[in-house]
Amino acid sequence: MSTLEIKELYVSVEDQEILHGVNLTIKSGEIAGIMGRNGSGKSTLAKTIFGHPDYKITSGDILFNGESILELSTDKRARLGIFLGFQSPIAIEGVTMSNFLRTALHLKNPDEKLENPIKFHRKLKSQFEQIGLDASLVNRGVNENASGGERKKAEMIQMSVLQPSIVVLDEIDSGLDIDALRVVAENITKQREETNSGFLLITHYNRLLTYTKPDIIYLMHKGTIVKSGGPELAVELEEKGYEKLVAESSNQN
Amino acid sequence: MDSKLDLEIDYKAGWADPEQFTASTDFGLTEDIVREISKLKDEPEWMLEFRLKALEIFKQLPMPKWGDQEKLLQVDFQKIRYYARYSEKTEESWDDVPDDIKQTYEKLGIPEAERKFLGGVGAQYDSETVYHKLREDLEKQGVIFLSTDEGLKKYPEYFKEYFGKIIPANDNKFAALNSAVWSGGSFIIIPKGLKVSVPLQAYFRINAKNVGQFERTLIIAEEGSDIHYIEGCTAPSYSSDSLHAAVVELVAHKNSRIRYTTIQNWSNNVFNLVTKRAFAYENSLVEWVDGNIGSKLTMKYPSIYLMEPGAKGEVLSVAYASHGQHQDTGAKILHLAPRTHSRITAKSISRGNGKTTYRGLITVAPNAGNVVSNVVCDALLLDEDSTNDTYPYQEIQRDDATITHEATVGKIGKETMFYLMSRGLPENEAIALICMGFFEPFAKELPMEYAVELNRLIEIDMAEYGAVG
Repeated sequence: MSTLEIKELYVSVEDQEILHGVNLTIKSGEIAGIMGRNGSGKSTLAKTIFGHPDYKITSGDILFNGESILELSTDKRARLGIFLGFQSPIAIEGVTMSNFLRTALHLKNPDEKLENPIKFHRKLKSQFEQIGLDASLVNRGVNENASGGERKKAEMIQMSVLQPSIVVLDEIDSGLDIDALRVVAENITKQREETNSGFLLITHYNRLLTYTKPDIIYLMHKGTIVKSGGPELAVELEEKGYEKLVAESSNQN
Repeated sequence: MDSKLDLEIDYKAGWADPEQFTASTDFGLTEDIVREISKLKDEPEWMLEFRLKALEIFKQLPMPKWGDQEKLLQVDFQKIRYYARYSEKTEESWDDVPDDIKQTYEKLGIPEAERKFLGGVGAQYDSETVYHKLREDLEKQGVIFLSTDEGLKKYPEYFKEYFGKIIPANDNKFAALNSAVWSGGSFIIIPKGLKVSVPLQAYFRINAKNVGQFERTLIIAEEGSDIHYIEGCTAPSYSSDSLHAAVVELVAHKNSRIRYTTIQNWSNNVFNLVTKRAFAYENSLVEWVDGNIGSKLTMKYPSIYLMEPGAKGEVLSVAYASHGQHQDTGAKILHLAPRTHSRITAKSISRGNGKTTYRGLITVAPNAGNVVSNVVCDALLLDEDSTNDTYPYQEIQRDDATITHEATVGKIGKETMFYLMSRGLPENEAIALICMGFFEPFAKELPMEYAVELNRLIEIDMAEYGAVG
């Protein structure tokens, strides 16, 4: 059972404040959705959770199982069992997916024996095929010559290999066609069932949320959470649009 | 980050054995020293004359006026011991090699590699070859693989024909020096039509303090033959300098192929100033696979003279310059005949205040029609202080030559690091993985065991890389 708590988080990039006091909690076994327009601060939140060097926390805290992770480097946060699925996963020439993931898995579980490279390679290949990807991607550099959609699927495989307890997926649905979106949603659901991972799904379409049925949805606007609620919030958002819902919630405040 | 001290500790081949010479010359270089070396070797008179002439040339030639002047001027020719040996003969069984020396080679993994996948091994320890063995089946097929001293005794006719003909003593100051004091190296002849499927290897170890190593290698691939030769080198870490100035001459006859692989991992007190050249005849292929990881300063530009139509030359060169090191490397290809092809791929990584320089030359002679040449240089800089320079010279005397040159210099991007670290890789592991990926085109050309060793070397050097968090 893991929790990731964001507490009154203020974040600046190049001296400009982007997040103005964000609060939210992700728990094992739960799916939280966070919706908002481009520029509302969703990706800033994701990158800040992982300690990206460009994002400075001016106030507030991030707690994993009750302990602050602000002093930890990105890799140490990851090894706690937190995973970030990138909005635009980059390609890394020469570093093969297979070698990369095998190393990452070993670093996460240093007490376990490093997996046999051939066995690991074979297993990874079949995972790629299962999700509808060309198995040759495993031999190539990470995301090398892969389309945006392929990279997103590969992020899902990385997630399932590393078995994190908390998963943050930053616009995993952008650039995916409807079939790929369904595959991604299935993987999220499966991962939750099998390992009881907790999810934070960052999106600005509610389709992913429709498929994955989150327990809680947060509406983000201009760097704060303006509204939260159950799955019905996504439906409401679909019907009324951002503008109206944001206006309504600021009136309520 | 200051890693000077750590590097000494990190260098895993830095131990030394006792200096129990059975014969050695005094420090410094004089005519008497050259005569002494020749006498110790019991050489024919003509070789002594060759040496003495070379000594005169060495004295007359100036130091190169280019390259790393600051480091080059530190070379003190009078503080080097030019000849040191530990036993009077070359053994054919590791059991007969003196214990200290045998253990050194065992630590370096040579006997094991020999058992596993090599067709023959020569092991040079300071000036002389202490062990030499060719697999029996290869011997029966007519392969000649000897120390160069042995070769001179048994096959003088080849020496008359080829020795010093590919690289004459007056080629450059260090070739002249080698010609005057040469000792050891490999002498190989691959008979006509024979394709040797297992590599032959020589391992060069400098042991004593301030000793110079001046091996001289001559490889002749007869018509239609095929050979892969590998050399490795290490030395103890000393605070004072050593000098390695080898000369390597290759002759690839019609339709033959020579691949020459080097994994140079000298300790950081070795000046590595080496001249390597191949003559490639009709439709032959010469490949230099040249890896430079160690040394204080390396200046080495393996060259290929494409002498007859259809000859091909390829150079794959990687260099890794850590703190305090300068790898000044590259390649030279001379297109001297029509329809000759060449390709140079050079990749370098600089770390700390390490420097890499690519220095390359492509020439196309007036009679060499329809030449194709391709040069790609990629440099990766790991730190703010790291530097790379690229000097791609071209002398093209034909309009119909197809010459391409691409060069890139890059740093590891912040987003690349963030991506790798977000999967749990510490900074140093992430950098090591990127470096290995960068060298992959080189690593995949190596026998598996050597590729693993190369990756291990990079991992070791990264181990103390500024860890954060």
